[in-house]
Amino acid sequence: MDQLLQHLLNGLLLGATYSLLGIGLTLVFGLMNVVNFAHGEFYTLGAYAAFAALALASVNFFLAIVLAIAAGALAGAACERCLLRPLRGQSIDTVMLVMIGVWIAMQNAELLGWGGVAKSVPTPFPTRPVVLGPLSVAPLRIFVFVVSGALILGAHLVLARTKLGRAMRATFQDRETAALMGVSIERIHTVTFAFGAGLAAAAGALLGPVFLLYPSMGDLASLKAFSVVILGGLGNFAGAALGGLVLGVAEELGAGYVSSGYRDAVGFLMIVGVLLLRPSGLFARAERVG
Amino acid sequence: MSRLLVAAALLVAATAPAWVWNPYHLHTLIMAGIFAVLALSLNLLLGYTGQLSLGHAAFFGIGAYATGLLTVKLEWSPWIGLLAAVLLPGAAGFVIGRLALKLRGAYFVLLTISFAGCVSLVSVNWMDLTNGPLGLPGVPPLEIALPGLPAFSLRTKSAFYYVVLAAVGLAYLLCLGLIRSRVGRALVALRENETLAASVGIDGTHYLVLAAAMSAGMAGLAGGLYAHYTRFVSPEVFLFTYTVTMVIMVVAGGKGTLAGPVVGAVLFTVLPEALRAATSWQWQMLLYGVLLVAVLFFMPEGVVPALRRWRTS
Repeated sequence: MDQLLQHLLNGLLLGATYSLLGIGLTLVFGLMNVVNFAHGEFYTLGAYAAFAALALASVNFFLAIVLAIAAGALAGAACERCLLRPLRGQSIDTVMLVMIGVWIAMQNAELLGWGGVAKSVPTPFPTRPVVLGPLSVAPLRIFVFVVSGALILGAHLVLARTKLGRAMRATFQDRETAALMGVSIERIHTVTFAFGAGLAAAAGALLGPVFLLYPSMGDLASLKAFSVVILGGLGNFAGAALGGLVLGVAEELGAGYVSSGYRDAVGFLMIVGVLLLRPSGLFARAERVG
Repeated sequence: MSRLLVAAALLVAATAPAWVWNPYHLHTLIMAGIFAVLALSLNLLLGYTGQLSLGHAAFFGIGAYATGLLTVKLEWSPWIGLLAAVLLPGAAGFVIGRLALKLRGAYFVLLTISFAGCVSLVSVNWMDLTNGPLGLPGVPPLEIALPGLPAFSLRTKSAFYYVVLAAVGLAYLLCLGLIRSRVGRALVALRENETLAASVGIDGTHYLVLAAAMSAGMAGLAGGLYAHYTRFVSPEVFLFTYTVTMVIMVVAGGKGTLAGPVVGAVLFTVLPEALRAATSWQWQMLLYGVLLVAVLFFMPEGVVPALRRWRTS
């Protein structure tokens, strides 16, 4: 029983970062109709940016995370302006192939820049776990969970309460009508992509210190993000937030009770299962994608 | 002009072992052939049905493991192994096609990625069957043993070159036959407008399953040949790099054309080897990414259609 509780706790803590990853991806898909295969590379970028700020410029740990998010958002905005804007109106497959190209290029640029050796990020948190009755948890993980939760809440508030968020939701629902109401679609696209990339970078900066940094770390992150998005339904914000937690818990249970070697297979199997049984996602009320 | 060019290319291909002295260059040509089969197989899906499979390395790898396991563990004939290398991935492709019944576009891509991810994890973790990351050494070479004659081993590079050339020819003719048949027209109709195709009685799922099974079987053949050529199978056959390379070959060569994948395969095996002296492997992969983006921006239909247009205009 205690073991099960521990797995559930670990799963929720991990799942919050998956939610963060999934939300960015699902927004970009829902709003821009772009299947962003480079999503995981913004995650890697965030992790390395935090590492660079900490190890090379030796700034404060918390500032490093903020800088990493800014770096991800900037890179995302640049990517949208240079690559996605000229391709607007092209078929979704062409854009998908371009993003696959971006993925390969970014990953190997990282490999060239940082080398293949795994790096670890120093943190100011004690490694001694906090013990809560039968459960124990590392302070760093609690911090990661709290920040992820805050970022998800923040993203939700931006979407639900601000003028920008209203413009984004309007674009999501009906691009032409939104444009007629004076929403600058171009600007919304840039902001959305930067937003998504920034969230991915945040996940990278947060999970980087928990695991190790290596240039191909984004591949798994991309796949997890896609699993989350499919669990929640393409373009569904709340679905992605919940889907991340579901995936985190499922992975922990799979690794704990089946085999740790197949940990990453849990996400794959969930993708296959959901696609076959409920392609519009676990939490969908209505079909959102045509 | 076009016929002359094709005849010249065929002549060059048929006589290559006679004038390519350097074994390394011959090796590059053999790899180009194996990739040509892979690119033709991916093109069947991406070019003719419009569905992108990002799990093609799985079929390649299943083919390599099928023949590797049968010949190493059960000591069966490599030819039966090769047959299994076609049938087993073909069956996997059939299942994927069936599962992807209603899934198109991004959903299909994700299903194939997930499938490849699962298979790759199995190859690493199922130690008893696959030897895990250590791989299977000692895959036997292909041999021709006719009754009454001494066995002729296809161990040498120049002999294997012809095996691969035959496989490319076979794959090409198979695609040609398929495209020119009723099936090919149905596939193109589905790619262009599925609703319209369905309205004239084309069963989309049926043809997609057929294309997926054939494509997977061809990729498996390439995997089987690769296993008997390198005489070693390890989880590296599932590397995503293989899938990426196939996609680039098809897109850059010209998807939806028959010559495109072959031209793409030759270009993208010979060019990197030529660049190898100047650049490291990482730069090469970086260039791949940039090149894929550049081709999509400036030559979206690929090299072969662009050349064709340039000649006719």
